[in-house]
Amino acid sequence: MNAPSYNFAYLDEQTKRMIRRAILKAIAIPGYQVPFASREMPMPYGWGTGGVQVTAAVLGPDDILKVIDQGSDDTTNAVSLRKFFIKTAGVRTTSKTAEATVIQTRHRIPEKELTENQVLVYQVPIPEPLRFLEPRETETRRMHALADYGLMHVKLYEDIARHGHIATTYAYPVKVDGRYVMDPSPTPKFDNPKMNDCAALQLFGAGREKRIYAVPPYTEVISLDFDDHPFERYRHDASCALCGAADSYLDEVITDDRGGRMFVCSDTDYCEERRETQPGKVEAAE
Amino acid sequence: MMDADSERPLLVAEGLTKSYGRQLGCRDVSFELYEGEVMAVVGESGSGKSTLLQLLSAHLPTDEGRVLYRMRDGVTRDLAAMGEAERRFLARTDWGYVHQDATLGLRMGVSGGANVGERLMAVGWRHYGRIRSTATTWLDRVEIDRSRIDDTPRTYSGGMRQRLQIARNLVTQPRLVFMDEPTGGLDVSVQARLLDLLRNLVSELRLAAVVVTHDLGVARLLSHRIMVMKGGEVIETGLTDQVLDDPREAYTQLLVASILPP
Amino acid sequence: MTAALELSGVGKTFTMHLQGGVRLSVVSDVSFTAEPGECVVLAGPSGAGKSSILKMIFGSYRCDRGHIMVRSGSDMVDLATAQPRQVLTLRRHVIGYVSQFLRAVPRVAAIDVVSEPLVAHGEARETARRRSTDMLRKLNIPGALLGLPPATFSGGEQQRVNIARGFLPDLPLLLLDEPTASLDAKNRAAVVDLIAEKKKRDIAIVAIAHDEEVRDAIADKIVDVTRFTTAAA
Repeated sequence: MNAPSYNFAYLDEQTKRMIRRAILKAIAIPGYQVPFASREMPMPYGWGTGGVQVTAAVLGPDDILKVIDQGSDDTTNAVSLRKFFIKTAGVRTTSKTAEATVIQTRHRIPEKELTENQVLVYQVPIPEPLRFLEPRETETRRMHALADYGLMHVKLYEDIARHGHIATTYAYPVKVDGRYVMDPSPTPKFDNPKMNDCAALQLFGAGREKRIYAVPPYTEVISLDFDDHPFERYRHDASCALCGAADSYLDEVITDDRGGRMFVCSDTDYCEERRETQPGKVEAAE
Repeated sequence: MMDADSERPLLVAEGLTKSYGRQLGCRDVSFELYEGEVMAVVGESGSGKSTLLQLLSAHLPTDEGRVLYRMRDGVTRDLAAMGEAERRFLARTDWGYVHQDATLGLRMGVSGGANVGERLMAVGWRHYGRIRSTATTWLDRVEIDRSRIDDTPRTYSGGMRQRLQIARNLVTQPRLVFMDEPTGGLDVSVQARLLDLLRNLVSELRLAAVVVTHDLGVARLLSHRIMVMKGGEVIETGLTDQVLDDPREAYTQLLVASILPP
Repeated sequence: MTAALELSGVGKTFTMHLQGGVRLSVVSDVSFTAEPGECVVLAGPSGAGKSSILKMIFGSYRCDRGHIMVRSGSDMVDLATAQPRQVLTLRRHVIGYVSQFLRAVPRVAAIDVVSEPLVAHGEARETARRRSTDMLRKLNIPGALLGLPPATFSGGEQQRVNIARGFLPDLPLLLLDEPTASLDAKNRAAVVDLIAEKKKRDIAIVAIAHDEEVRDAIADKIVDVTRFTTAAA
């Protein structure tokens, strides 16, 4: 039986060097989208290939990896990607945010505050915040180069005109280090403030679009808004049914077909940790 | 109120020449335009008038010659010597450009109010209420019903789109406006209304303008000065009523004689 | 030189390129002056070139030969060689022109047609309109017509709107092409009065008037234009 043997973290060393160079450029210019030669990965586009390539490039044998999808370690995608790295890199994995050194995430930032020896890798579908208003790549590149961001506020203006308030609830555009406007990936706007002045290094990978960008530690990240319509975090007005948290981002779970629902923490690790320190709480639903 | 600055030209063209391979665009065009002056550039298809407009508005680089513009701070600059960032900023604040096809000059998928407000947001306005009220004022000024402010231009008529384009351009109070056949393709009564609006705005705001048109009637109505072009060359130039009432060159006489009587 | 206007050796020839280059000499060697407060009437039969001379003084026709000196403040400007921009400035500050027929912009109300030169000069629309209303009343235009575009007016009414527009701004040189041609006796008298008022304010006037009565009432000097016409080349 010839079992396939992989290079550490699947990618060949030359590819990892290329990606790391792109990452260094991205760190040097916070919020700027660096093009990179995205490889064909053993999962289709749209399943996190960008994030996987970034993680593969920065992972070392002593790292402890956590993979989450919508805040949970247990969804199919999170499990698949974790298994992928176990198989190709043999690194230790964990579901505890505090233990991890590299965290790959799809669409959420962990509730627990991150530290200086952690790297957060985001999976990004469409890296260009202006894409839906300006389809031409030539134009959006020029806008970024010339800091010509009037169009971004047009989008927010439209929201207010149409809905009475800024209706963008996820992928809410931010300005990084006072210069580049960036799409934080489809994380809920609730998470935006966590990006600001974060102790960890934040890396963003878009595989299909072939872009990498970064926010270095302790960088200013400000959500765009209007003076008379300031940025507001949004969360459901409820507490977690499992751990009672009133400050975490909640998922809404439909429990029956009669409109019954409950709210639980989206960040499963956060919820679990809180429950461990409060014995006697309701047991987790299966 | 003539201050020293208004005694100097706002826009100067020096020997502008542009070719597309072996096809001549325009040759050796020179003129000076002052604040508050409207100059019509008339000619038939292939005359070079559109090329000239593109050169003046820095949409195309010249093969020979220069375009000089006097900035708000009084310094006259060569457009070609400016960086692209500066030219784009100029295009957004000090200049306007009205396209013949309004869809080129508007964002069709975005509301009327946002179209007018975009330039303001691009120069740093951050108060939604003020942006909206300024946009509303401008819609009034170009005679678009306020209730349409949140509708996209896709739902506007041709004349309305053109008026929205004008509002979008004038909101930052530019000093110089380029117009490319502003009434082209519109119904006659719509054209008339648009021309009235342009006349009033140009006079109220003391705009300088370069208006490219093939319609001598539009030139007579809007412009103080006129430049007649044919085959890329300037045939005749002077005051509008001078050139149209007392045409000197054969081609100008032909053009004037070809106008259908009302 | 104290004259408001001086023509010397002025000549004009039309070259009709569409008619095989035929040259039509309109006038040749025109010379006369107009002092402030003086009304010079150009006399002669139709086609003698009277309107062309007026148009050359206003700058709508180009002058091929000679000089047309106009006093502008303390300077004299030669219209024959003036830059277009100078001509525009002269029209704004020095030379007024009342054409033979009103060339009104369609859809603009009579009161605004009359106010336009004042507003363009910087006057507030409200005061301009008030002055226009007074002037139109002097010319017996009924109040009901003020808000209507002149295109539907009678010839006489249109001409009175034209006169009001030309007479309102107080420019030092006024050119009048047949100001009373389509008017009845009452309105002719009103216009003659307005001209007299202008003369009292030291405004120089050059006018074309076929009506002998009007001519006698306003002219301080009559210039016979037939002296300046030569046979077509």
